[in-house]
Amino acid sequence: YLLCASGDFVKMYSAATEELVRAMRGHADLVTGLQLNPHNRLQLYSSSLDGSIKLWDFTDGILIKTFTVGYKLLALYALASSEDSVFVIIPKSGERDTFQLVSVKLTKTAGQDTEAKELSVVLEGVDASPKCTAFGREGEYVASVKEVHLQIYFFKRKQLNRFSVSATNTKGGNNLFTCVACHPKEDCIATGHGDGKIRLWRNFHHNKEYTFSTLHWHHDIVMDLAFSIEGTSLLSGGVESVLVQWHNGSDCKKDFLPRLGSAIEYISISSDGTLYCTSHTDNRITIINSNLRFSKSIQGLIKARDVKTGLVVDPRTKALVLNGEPGHLQFYCLQSDKQLYSLDIVQQEYIHQAGLNQADLVKVAFSAQGKWLATVEEREEETDLELQLKLWFFDEETQSFKLNTRISMPHEDHITAMCFRDMDELEDDSLILVTAGRDCLFKVWVMLEDTDPEAQQSLSWSCDFVGSYHNYQATNCCFSEDGSVLAVSFEETVTVWDSSTWDLKCTFCHPPGKIRNICFGRLTCSKYLIGATDHGFLCCWNLLSCALEWSAHLNVVVLQPDPLSEHIAAVSWLSKESSLFVFKPNEPRPICIQRNLCKEKIRFAAFVPRDVPETIGSEKYLWLRRSQLYFLTDTQELMTFSTKSPEERLTLSSKQLAVEESLPVTPFSLLLGKHRQQSQGDIDHGKVVRNHHEQDSPAVKELLHTPAHVLPSASFLCPIFINSLLISKEKKSAEEVADEVEMESEKAEDDSDEEKDVTEMEQEDIKPMELVGEITHKLSKSEEKELRKIRKMDYSWISAF
Amino acid sequence: GPIWSMVANGGGTRLAIGCEDGSVKLFQVVPGGIQFEKNLDRQKGRVLCLSWHPSGTHIAAGSIDFLRVLDVRSGRTVQRIMVNYHVPKPKKRECVVWSIAFLSSGTVVSSDSFGRVQFWDWERGTLLESHTVSTSAVLSLAVSEKEDSIVVGTSAGATYQFQLLPVKTGSQDKRWVRTKPFQHHTHDVRAVAHSPTALISGGLDAQLVIRPLMEKVQRKGYEAALRKFTFPHRRLVSCARKARLLLFQFSQHLELWRLGSTNETGKDGEVLPVCRMPEHLLQLKSKGPEHIYCSCVSPCGSWIAYCTASRFHLYRVQHEGDSVSIKKVPSVPKLLLPAYQLQCASDSGRLFVASDRGSVHVLQLLEPGGCKHLHTLRPPAGTAEAVYLLASSADGNWLAAVSGDWEIHIYSLKHFKHHCTVPTYSCAVTALAIHPVTNNLVIAYSDQQLFEFSIPEKQYTAWSRTVQNCGLHKAWLERDSPITHIAFNPKNPSHILLHDVYMFCVLDKSLPLPDDSAPLMNQSALKQLPETARQRQLHAFKICKKFQPLLFADLLEGNCLVAVERPVMDINAQLPPPVQQKKFGT
Repeated sequence: YLLCASGDFVKMYSAATEELVRAMRGHADLVTGLQLNPHNRLQLYSSSLDGSIKLWDFTDGILIKTFTVGYKLLALYALASSEDSVFVIIPKSGERDTFQLVSVKLTKTAGQDTEAKELSVVLEGVDASPKCTAFGREGEYVASVKEVHLQIYFFKRKQLNRFSVSATNTKGGNNLFTCVACHPKEDCIATGHGDGKIRLWRNFHHNKEYTFSTLHWHHDIVMDLAFSIEGTSLLSGGVESVLVQWHNGSDCKKDFLPRLGSAIEYISISSDGTLYCTSHTDNRITIINSNLRFSKSIQGLIKARDVKTGLVVDPRTKALVLNGEPGHLQFYCLQSDKQLYSLDIVQQEYIHQAGLNQADLVKVAFSAQGKWLATVEEREEETDLELQLKLWFFDEETQSFKLNTRISMPHEDHITAMCFRDMDELEDDSLILVTAGRDCLFKVWVMLEDTDPEAQQSLSWSCDFVGSYHNYQATNCCFSEDGSVLAVSFEETVTVWDSSTWDLKCTFCHPPGKIRNICFGRLTCSKYLIGATDHGFLCCWNLLSCALEWSAHLNVVVLQPDPLSEHIAAVSWLSKESSLFVFKPNEPRPICIQRNLCKEKIRFAAFVPRDVPETIGSEKYLWLRRSQLYFLTDTQELMTFSTKSPEERLTLSSKQLAVEESLPVTPFSLLLGKHRQQSQGDIDHGKVVRNHHEQDSPAVKELLHTPAHVLPSASFLCPIFINSLLISKEKKSAEEVADEVEMESEKAEDDSDEEKDVTEMEQEDIKPMELVGEITHKLSKSEEKELRKIRKMDYSWISAF
Repeated sequence: GPIWSMVANGGGTRLAIGCEDGSVKLFQVVPGGIQFEKNLDRQKGRVLCLSWHPSGTHIAAGSIDFLRVLDVRSGRTVQRIMVNYHVPKPKKRECVVWSIAFLSSGTVVSSDSFGRVQFWDWERGTLLESHTVSTSAVLSLAVSEKEDSIVVGTSAGATYQFQLLPVKTGSQDKRWVRTKPFQHHTHDVRAVAHSPTALISGGLDAQLVIRPLMEKVQRKGYEAALRKFTFPHRRLVSCARKARLLLFQFSQHLELWRLGSTNETGKDGEVLPVCRMPEHLLQLKSKGPEHIYCSCVSPCGSWIAYCTASRFHLYRVQHEGDSVSIKKVPSVPKLLLPAYQLQCASDSGRLFVASDRGSVHVLQLLEPGGCKHLHTLRPPAGTAEAVYLLASSADGNWLAAVSGDWEIHIYSLKHFKHHCTVPTYSCAVTALAIHPVTNNLVIAYSDQQLFEFSIPEKQYTAWSRTVQNCGLHKAWLERDSPITHIAFNPKNPSHILLHDVYMFCVLDKSLPLPDDSAPLMNQSALKQLPETARQRQLHAFKICKKFQPLLFADLLEGNCLVAVERPVMDINAQLPPPVQQKKFGT
């Protein structure tokens, strides 16, 4: 098995099948360290920022004991030689950013919860990272590195040796220590440095006559080091995403495993030495055989350097599609938290080097059936820009996308938007692709039948029409649902074009703001065009009357229509928090408002159609019936909006878990869990990092931990659950972000059809104050004001009408 | 056949010689020569390197593809080890054992052309350890006296240190571990030596590098710094002041040049036009394969003397207008050779030849072309060391001679008598000269100390005592290269002109010594200061560093200073191309 720390969980994966076997929950904060109990290979110690060490029986997933230490624990080490104590790194009280290594005596009392208060300081001034401290052969000494100092403490002699290297060497490289590893059999310490060198220290018992040799292959920081079980080889990894195996400490004999995808963060070796394991910065664990053959990889959502493509849903697989590895498009399955596959778009080897501009994928669009995929990649040098538009055809035989057409430099400047004409019922040859560019043009691309019999493929794409408007930069483009009209926004103006004749039909604008997003309404609301400006206005125009239907003051950053209903989701960014508004274009009042969705800026959103329409109990969340809304924030955390009650969550726990896992790596959570474990031959270790948010209210816990069949009826549980929610809200710390918002209204279920029949005027009749009052216990004053403002606008518009 | 290797045993009583035909010949070292003792077992393949076991009973011999261990008493080969046994047949290349060392524990260390350093148990013939240090050949190897450290030099210009370290604390189990790599050379490292505190390496790039082992050096000082030597600390250029001639000494020939001159004067930094071009007068090739050891030209320019390891040559140079003719002086007196230094008296009438056992021969140079042995000066106590530096006074009365035991003897030339001895100092003398007016002897030592010794008074001068009391400037003491030449300004007796490879310095005894807080190099700063401030900032050392490696500088008559530069680039251009190595990022 492979154990890894993942957010608040300890996860156990099978090393043979890469499946998640078990997630052990219990910690209230990030898990920072994992160590197998050296005296019982089936037990596991874990430490967490919540200040507790927990002992688990991981084969059964049972929490055996909790030791409360009372400090933030940043790393955990367990030694075979020390019977009843473990070592942890804690912050030094009274001083910021200084940490110390202490040994904690774990008393053998009967109770489940014990306090471990017997601390004794071993080393002062250690680095907070668990990679910077290592225990030597048979626990005789401990080595710790920080900045340019290496300190070694010998337990038997109680002697502390300190060695320093100069901060920069003669060639200007930096000598800072980055990690340390100790030889398991000999007195040898390996340290990694900022300039890519590895130093092997020997004879460090003498303060003066110590000696070291240097291994140098990495060109940038050595991220982690690990000795093999017998110490005959040393593994090192860094940003080059190459695992290097050094034999016998010799500079000349080394083996490489290249192309691991992204920078190596941690390296771990199974206790029988047959498997290596590396964890990567892009939220992935790779399992490697000891002969340096790639074996398996455990991956969820790949963390890309920068998500430029946005969240796109593949109509065929319903997978989320976004930037993955550099130059690749990842297809991420939400249900199983797995990457379905990765499509190499750029088809160039990625070179890890600072300051090197490489081609990257910036835009992706699917045709309605998922038959065609259009991608745009760009590479920007200081002066010139390389652009490529590629069109891919889905090959039914190979079940993958095949490159059909490659168009270089489709526009003279950056492409700002791209869309297919979304017409489900029409034939292939009516498929139209529109690209809008900063070179003030939008271009229409159509498929052509190739008449040349020699040509390998019968279809290719070429430009059909080039449009422009007053030499303004084209910023967005969008087809109406039936494909008859195309809306293109040019800075402050939205232009509407007839898609059959390419005539300019009409223009809308809402000065002074430039248009940020546009979209058409769906189904019954298809006569409306919605636009958001960067001056903080959301406008709705009626295409039939060519007039402004309504507008609202809202700083919208993301505007996302649900393809299966009339609903449109708008995410606003106001005073350092994101809020969600869901509305229908035909009525200016939002159906659902969720304030304080998260603290980070939301970059993209996507509606993913559900396989089976959900039965939603509340009118308020009716819009989630047919699709689920996903968000991607600045820090590449994927969030979803869910309405499930806890009972449902329990029964569907495996499914729900998958979604939770999809939260990728964030920098602050990169504290690893290291663990070694042995169990009947299947062995491995690893570390994964993840961010997870669990509700820690006792009532919810009670709900979650009680089997479904013994629970009382849902109606009985509802008030308790809501109360618990209210309390937990207050408890939540500032940083904590609710990624699952669950609200239940006490109203009886309404039929959705009935809801649709409700007219605009009827809704207006409802007193706005009542509406506000319904959710008033959760809304602040400012939100009320906002609502009132919306109400006022509504009235003014109605009077005008 | 050709001799490929030669090494004496620990006691220096026997000499083993490895030959082309694969035989190892043993010679007895007797006073004044060697005597053939016996031939050891002969096997095909030239013997490239030899090493005695410290007890003197066995010899290890390295050849191509194998190494042998020979028993000295019986002369038999007792072990034969194939060094590239593990290499598969089709890939087999010639593996040259370039260097070998026999440790007292019975371990034979070999370094070969595959870049490996291998440790063998000679009795069993098994490989103990093998370290591949380089992709190119490992050419040289040296063991420290305690046999706990080995230094090897490769043809890529890198040297590596191996250390015998315990695998675990306190356990007896020890292993050789490759530790420090140093890259100080650009070409082959042909020779390495291991002193108790430093690794010394020399290579094809004409550099000698002393790398101190920091852990063995007790205090920070002269020994603790890395030193690189490109030029020998000996005088290779001699100057005839009156005749404006320069004599350059090369390994196989001498060149005599007449200096150009200019009539114009200019400001600082200007290059003046030359009205008379420097002229190559003659080239004198030495006979035979021997290298020229020392040479000199007399101040009047009419005599040239040089000496090889076995012969002394004296020439009379006749100047007829612009043409020059040369005539060998016949019947040179037979002297006890070799000569280590030649020096002409300032009136060109006498030639001093520094020789073995502390002796200095004085030759009288006779017109029109002859010479006569006048006297041999010897130190009163006698010494085994040779004299390696000479200085004669301008009035012809005094001669100072430095012998290898760093003693400076002063002789009176009037009476051919020993005058006095300068108190010995713990460092080697690098340059000395006698002041033409005061007859003070100025001595520069290798630790950059300067002394002034009054010959008539037989004691250090007052200025010298002040220097010793105040101490010299820190920056001066931390300089790398020793003073190689001392001269005096005849117009201002308080000026002493010193130079080393990188700088030229005018030492003004009348000015105060700088203290450690003031910058030593202040000439450019002084130029910008107003006159009054300049006066306050002045100190005794006026240093000029604008020269590329400076071989020689001396004052000529009439306000001229001649400086000889030897740009390092010129030397590098003559070297064969180094081993090609790909460097990351280029």
